[in-house]
Amino acid sequence: MMRLLSGLVLLLALGGVAQAAIDTYEFASEAERARYRQLTEELRCPKCQNQNIADSDAPIAMDLRAEIYRKLEAGESNAQIIDYLVARYGDFVLYKPPVSGRTLLLWYGPAALLVGGFVLLGVIVLRRRKGGGVAATGLSSDEQQRLAQLLEQAPEDKKAP
Amino acid sequence: MRRLILLLPLVIFLGVAVFLYRGLFLDPSELPSALIDKPFPAFSLPAVEGDQLITQENLLGKPSLVNVWATWCVACKVEHPVLNKLAALGVTIHGVNYKDDNAAAQKWLGEFHDPYQLNISDPKGTLGLDLGVYGAPETFFVDAKGIIRHKFVGVIDEAIWREKLAPLYQQMVDEADQ
Repeated sequence: MMRLLSGLVLLLALGGVAQAAIDTYEFASEAERARYRQLTEELRCPKCQNQNIADSDAPIAMDLRAEIYRKLEAGESNAQIIDYLVARYGDFVLYKPPVSGRTLLLWYGPAALLVGGFVLLGVIVLRRRKGGGVAATGLSSDEQQRLAQLLEQAPEDKKAP
Repeated sequence: MRRLILLLPLVIFLGVAVFLYRGLFLDPSELPSALIDKPFPAFSLPAVEGDQLITQENLLGKPSLVNVWATWCVACKVEHPVLNKLAALGVTIHGVNYKDDNAAAQKWLGEFHDPYQLNISDPKGTLGLDLGVYGAPETFFVDAKGIIRHKFVGVIDEAIWREKLAPLYQQMVDEADQ
């Protein structure tokens, strides 16, 4: 029972914190509120290195929240609002950078590495299967032949000196 | 060939090391401005003193520095004497008084000398927003045609001016003279 109660208190307290970060803007509809929240969470505060506009207390973040709110009220679309900010602050404000020549590596690099790794793995496995024992000793077929020859000669060599 | 493959991890390691080493000297707070090579945004704002209305047209004709400052900005106070010196050397500097109290701005300019040719008052920060200002002081290099050529964020000191910014300004002046 105690546990349940303290859990409930904690939940309420955290709920209070989460609410506190949001300004007291009045929205015409829930959909608009959701859009405001989505935009402020996806856009990065230009002053602070790693905070979104929603969480930041920097004056510039407050200004941008007000600007986003004003634009939402004016009926602008998300794309229009994002373009407005990108035109002024650059791609830096986007937590989801657009796919372009400069960000190709960022977007597809990890997938390319993964695929490359699997390809490499496949090649290695196939080679081992084909080569059988050869790959296990790391010798080419020529070297393998020489080894066999040497092994045959070995007893005779031992007799010599 | 087989030997070369053994070198591959070393090569990858060196590549990553060079990449990360470079990262040590990058300043993450330095944002590239989205406005480079774009015209100075249109505005129509009052002067800090008097009733003159200033627009982007007033910036045309001569290359200039547009310095965004405020009395609440501590770093601006450090930068101010350097701007005074530059102005004395004949560099054209305009000021944008960003989100500030006009009376305080007038007092500041009276006390610490006024290096600005045009004193634009931007109490609501609308021009600042259009310029993508995220912290004062910021200085824009605007050429004679009103195109933003460069942006410097932070305090301009004499070393930075000499080594980095003076050549950029000189280039704009040379272009205007041609």
